[in-house]
Amino acid sequence: MTQTETPPTPAPVKAPSRLSRAWHSDLAWSFRRAPVAMISAFVVIVLVLSAVLAPLIAPHDPFNPATLNLMNGFTPPGEANAFTGDFFFLGTDDQGRDVFSTILYGMRISLFVGFAAVMLAMVLGVILGLLAGYLGGWTETIIMRVADVQLTFPAILVAMLIFGIAKGITPPEYRDQMAIWVLILAIGLSDWVQFARVVRGATLVEKSREYVQAAKLIGRSPLSIMLRHILPNVLNPVLVIATISLALAIIAEATLSFLGVGAPPTKPSLGTLIRIGQEFMFSGEWWILFFPAVTLLALALSINLLGDWLRDALNPKLR
Amino acid sequence: MLAYTIRRIAQSIFVLFVVGLVAFSMFRFVGDPVDNMLGQERTQEDVERLREQLGLDQPFIVQYFRFLEQAAQGNFGLSYRQGRPVAEILLERAPATLELAFVSGMMALAGGIALGIFTAIRRRGFGANVVMTLSLIGVSLPTFLIGILLIYLFSVELGWLPSFGRGEVVEVGGWTTGFLTASGLKALILPSITLGLYQMTLIMRLVRTEMLEVLRMDYIRFARARGLREKSINFRHALKNTLVPVITITGLQLGSIIAFAIITETVFQWPGVGLLFINAIQFVDIPVMAAYLMLISVMFVGINLIVDMLYFAIDPRLRADRTSGGH
Repeated sequence: MTQTETPPTPAPVKAPSRLSRAWHSDLAWSFRRAPVAMISAFVVIVLVLSAVLAPLIAPHDPFNPATLNLMNGFTPPGEANAFTGDFFFLGTDDQGRDVFSTILYGMRISLFVGFAAVMLAMVLGVILGLLAGYLGGWTETIIMRVADVQLTFPAILVAMLIFGIAKGITPPEYRDQMAIWVLILAIGLSDWVQFARVVRGATLVEKSREYVQAAKLIGRSPLSIMLRHILPNVLNPVLVIATISLALAIIAEATLSFLGVGAPPTKPSLGTLIRIGQEFMFSGEWWILFFPAVTLLALALSINLLGDWLRDALNPKLR
Repeated sequence: MLAYTIRRIAQSIFVLFVVGLVAFSMFRFVGDPVDNMLGQERTQEDVERLREQLGLDQPFIVQYFRFLEQAAQGNFGLSYRQGRPVAEILLERAPATLELAFVSGMMALAGGIALGIFTAIRRRGFGANVVMTLSLIGVSLPTFLIGILLIYLFSVELGWLPSFGRGEVVEVGGWTTGFLTASGLKALILPSITLGLYQMTLIMRLVRTEMLEVLRMDYIRFARARGLREKSINFRHALKNTLVPVITITGLQLGSIIAFAIITETVFQWPGVGLLFINAIQFVDIPVMAAYLMLISVMFVGINLIVDMLYFAIDPRLRADRTSGGH
């Protein structure tokens, strides 16, 4: 894996002074007063760090068959294996892979897909929302109509459909390699509508403000007005939606992988691990299922709580 | 009212056309249909003949309308995987999904409204707080994990309920039902809880918010001042006014129950349409995918339309706004 992880809060690329000021005053202040947010942030940071540093932390490399010993299969957590005497913190699966290591690597894939999908949705949604809001007319009609049609269907269904179509297009021998990218595309494309709607709404408000009129008067091009003047002012809600979308995207990825239409067993995400673990639930090897499930839950729940806090903190009306 | 109805129906038809275009493009461009239908041993002549037969030599737009015409008659071609007409397979699977959706929908509605009222009336009570906290966790739990958790508890540990399948089914005039046997009913319990739980929390939170809002209104205070009994205020005066948005959301949720049935059906190996769709994706069975897409979009669009009209009919304020402020 050569991907680089993005930091936990997807900070906007061109951070305007308004946002950075907010970061130093209001936001930080309300963060210090919200224990739930602090705990969630802590959990998220620990999980993200351990996923990024997986190759350093993981006691075993679960994808290197040379390090696996079939004799170690089904070692319960916290006990030494009866045959080899090897010790595994969270036990091993049927092939003797260390569950703790597979979780770390699985989380890497889950987080990567989640971040990348939200980034895709955000960039697409913000651009289309800005265009629709600022240009109006036909551009707006077409973009918002497409959004309406897509909104008729649940995002997970749209993602499944995109995954299915992409799978049909890619030749069979590349399907496993492409699965991760197809997942990002599927989840990202299923999620842009929210961003577009919010950005369009905010753009419509900002468009009539004096500073935009002034920028028009001095001959700024529409592109530069949209990117340099309007965009920074509509970023707050985008940030909130992005955080909540991240939790949803991670869950969506896990769901798709669990259903067998996501990350393949050769590159398992948390969802794939849960799918594999489910088979052993009936025979009593609960840990193969339990630990990935708990990790997924902790990740999704803490990002969700963080998003909730962020929404309240950035929305002065709710205070 | 009439103008609104017509506009709304036109919108729905537009959505269906777009979805039809997507479904058709899947047929046409994902893999070559001729390739999929002819085996390894074929001559160029066979290919040409089939191409003509299928109408693939016609312009795109002609093909598209032909496809729509066929689809409207319920003809989606043969499944690549099973070699049988897609419509037949779908019809065979539909009862399982519809029964599951019906039971979980009812459960979500009844449980959601009851818990919503409870948490609104006893807002500061201990029980209400417990319910609210649980609902927060319920919303964050992915559906498939709830299913696994229930299977672990009630099938693996306690051994009370089956972990997969529909149990024994009885066939009544082409409709297979699980309602008539003990094992069929038992098999319904866990999947419908899994499917309905999320919707139940949604309805509960909605009823609670609406109810709290209504309870703050003047007419409720007035009813209290008149000395009406608490029960009568809560259920006869307040509840009635909270139900309008509940109907809308519940109606809209009906569609997502069918969509989320995909996940539940996979967890419980429930032989419904959703499981069929997932298998179709895994094996790139395009006709089944396209047919499912068309079917579910007709359902979604239909539900949206009905709910909108219903909303319009129930809430007179909306009507007044539209007619006076419209033009």
